[in-house]
Amino acid sequence: MMNKLLDVENVSISFIQYTAGLNQRDLKVITDLTLDVSEAEILAVLGSSGSGKSLLAHAIFGILPENANLSGTIKYGGKVLSQKDKEEIRGKDIALIPQSVNFLDPLMKISDQAIGYTENDNEKKEKKIKQRKIFEQYNLGPEVDDMYPFQLSGGMARRVLVSTALLSKPKLVVADEPTPGLDQKTVKETLNHFKKMKEDGVGVLLITHDIHAALEIADRIGIFYAGYVIEIAENKDFSGDGENLLHPYTKALYNALPANGFKLTKGHQPLHGEIPKGCPYYDRCEIRLDKCSEERPQLINLGNKKVRCFKYEDGV
Amino acid sequence: MELIGKNISFKYSSSKGYLLKDINVKFSNDKIFGLVGDSGSGKSTLCKILSAYIRNYEGNVTLDDNNLPKKDFCPVQLIYQHPEKVMNPKWKMIKILSESWNVDEDLLSEFGIQNSWMKRFPQELSGGELQRFSVLRALNPMTKFLIADEMTTMLDAITQVQILESVLKIVKDRKMGFLLVSHDMDLVSTICDDIIYLKDINNV
Amino acid sequence: MVNPNKNKSLNPLSKINLRTKTLLIIGLTILILVLIVICSFFIDSKEITTNFLIINQPPSFEHLFGTDWLGRDMFTRTIKGLGLSIQIGACASLLSSAIAIVLAFIGSINQKFDTFVAWFVDLFLSIPHILLIILISISLGGGALGVTIGVAFTHWTSLTRVLRAEIKQINTSDFVKLSERFGKSRLWIAKEHILPLVITQIIVGTILIFPHAIMHEASVTFLGFGLSPHEPAIGIILAESMKYLATGNWWLALFPGLALLIIVLLFDIAGENIKKILDPTSAND
Repeated sequence: MMNKLLDVENVSISFIQYTAGLNQRDLKVITDLTLDVSEAEILAVLGSSGSGKSLLAHAIFGILPENANLSGTIKYGGKVLSQKDKEEIRGKDIALIPQSVNFLDPLMKISDQAIGYTENDNEKKEKKIKQRKIFEQYNLGPEVDDMYPFQLSGGMARRVLVSTALLSKPKLVVADEPTPGLDQKTVKETLNHFKKMKEDGVGVLLITHDIHAALEIADRIGIFYAGYVIEIAENKDFSGDGENLLHPYTKALYNALPANGFKLTKGHQPLHGEIPKGCPYYDRCEIRLDKCSEERPQLINLGNKKVRCFKYEDGV
Repeated sequence: MELIGKNISFKYSSSKGYLLKDINVKFSNDKIFGLVGDSGSGKSTLCKILSAYIRNYEGNVTLDDNNLPKKDFCPVQLIYQHPEKVMNPKWKMIKILSESWNVDEDLLSEFGIQNSWMKRFPQELSGGELQRFSVLRALNPMTKFLIADEMTTMLDAITQVQILESVLKIVKDRKMGFLLVSHDMDLVSTICDDIIYLKDINNV
Repeated sequence: MVNPNKNKSLNPLSKINLRTKTLLIIGLTILILVLIVICSFFIDSKEITTNFLIINQPPSFEHLFGTDWLGRDMFTRTIKGLGLSIQIGACASLLSSAIAIVLAFIGSINQKFDTFVAWFVDLFLSIPHILLIILISISLGGGALGVTIGVAFTHWTSLTRVLRAEIKQINTSDFVKLSERFGKSRLWIAKEHILPLVITQIIVGTILIFPHAIMHEASVTFLGFGLSPHEPAIGIILAESMKYLATGNWWLALFPGLALLIIVLLFDIAGENIKKILDPTSAND
């Protein structure tokens, strides 16, 4: 077992939201999320778009909006991170690969953005050399340095974001939806970047809605359902008829893939704020127990795997 | 019922070369058609031409020998990849749905639309929920042919099955034509009877 | 539900959420403005009598803003003047935004109309405001009507620009294109799709025209091209007091001037806060 880099324990994120008139309510978007990422490991968090999973990345980097409430602990290298720590280590030990070039300053040249703030000219020169070297590795010629974000093509933009994130030699990279809107070739190329990071011993937290991308590169996959992580499965479990997958939702998801039977499962994920009292999957579950409607199952630790289901209380 | 595109060519006014050149396609309602192509190959543009979104193209599109109407309801309806873009953010779902037609209760439950969703704004629902609405809008009784351009790309596998199964059921019931456009070969070969590769018919 | 007392604080305002606070500010400013207008209605011009026993008195508790060279109470005159200013401002800004809305929608019909509207906006912007107001006001025979029309016809340009850009963007949106494919008419789309999306800009734009309108009304009147000297307008008061400033009667200009400034600021505050309430991007702060 490699060293653990990131430990997210029982993290919940909620928003204060106005309902009718002047009333406010606390809207839980992520509930009781637990996961960990080790060195040279890719962990994918798989959830449907708009489910709020991006907030996990924002929480790790301490960039949640003002009206968000965060509870639970986020540890890096065994140490609990405070907001100040997050500001300290982000962009150094941990780096974010954002969703799109829209996260770059549209009026700043690419190389200047990649280098970031420098104290003096010497430091700038040093960083410039490093930046050039890493851009070269990602097949970005010198002409890219003087370009502005809007001049980049989809694949180029992706490479700029990846190489910029790697500039500080981070130990952990968090990638937020790195694949949507890209053509198949660029998706493949982007996924290869992550494989390479893994070979270099970097831990990767991949937040995505794309099950194909997750299955292609991730070692373990966390399944996000209605704001909960309901299972963390190993990649090899996604094979055959999905018999090694634990949670009924994960099984249903796997069997719904066109290549695995295109099997229909009824029902839908509950909306934020309408999540039932017991298990979030209760109304769709085929193996539900009586207590599932009343009591919320905890995430059960099964070694490398985790599952949130009463069926596995006594192990697999 | 036949949707026919004859000698369709298209180029953007800003570019020199043609994106689509001399494309001839013929779709009928006795089969489910699939169109496959890389992104950027012009398949979305072809869809927009076939559904009267783009009008400044060369060639001719006819549905049962009639040109597509410019002002009235278009019998060829297109469903996009991003449902949130085809919904006015200031409208509630009930108004969004009834912009097209008055959908009956049976169809709502067939598509798994909850009553509580009707009073919500599009921002408050997820992509999968919104896409159900956007599909139902396109299933107006006047619609003869449905084009789904990467309709389920942003959705999870379970929602993909749910929406496609419901759509196919109605398409068959009403004897409508259906064209599924996707990059996902597994999906196209699972659903479609006839698969067309854009690069085979595009003469650029 | 959030417990509003979660963050215990001695400041009672901290218990109130931001939306309540914003609404309070809007309510207060509007209350003050409405009060001034109502008060001014009850002040009969004839009641502002000349009293030569108390001419040129500096501010005191009896006469808050002092008295002028005819012994008239400056506070009553100022309130009456402000009431008039607000009424003219209201008429002018409503008329202005009506012009802006009509032009912006005309511009959205087709390219030709759009070019015309753009040209029309540029034409009006190329002439100095004050000059145009004076010209229109004089040609209409001056007075309240002349000033109102003059101010209204010069203040629609910026709102028109904003609306034009906004409508252009909405017209290229996918939901409008889909609406066309559903066979909806241009008029239906303008009413159902576009109007709800620009209503915020219209409301806030109208309120933000207010301070400009009031200021311009006062300045034109001050220059002698606006309201007649018999009206108790702020511009008239300021113009008259100029003659007495040299003799040390500072209160004649200071208080009416300050009052005008405060009214303008109140409108600005109201506008900004209404924007906060209506603008969804800041809605959940």
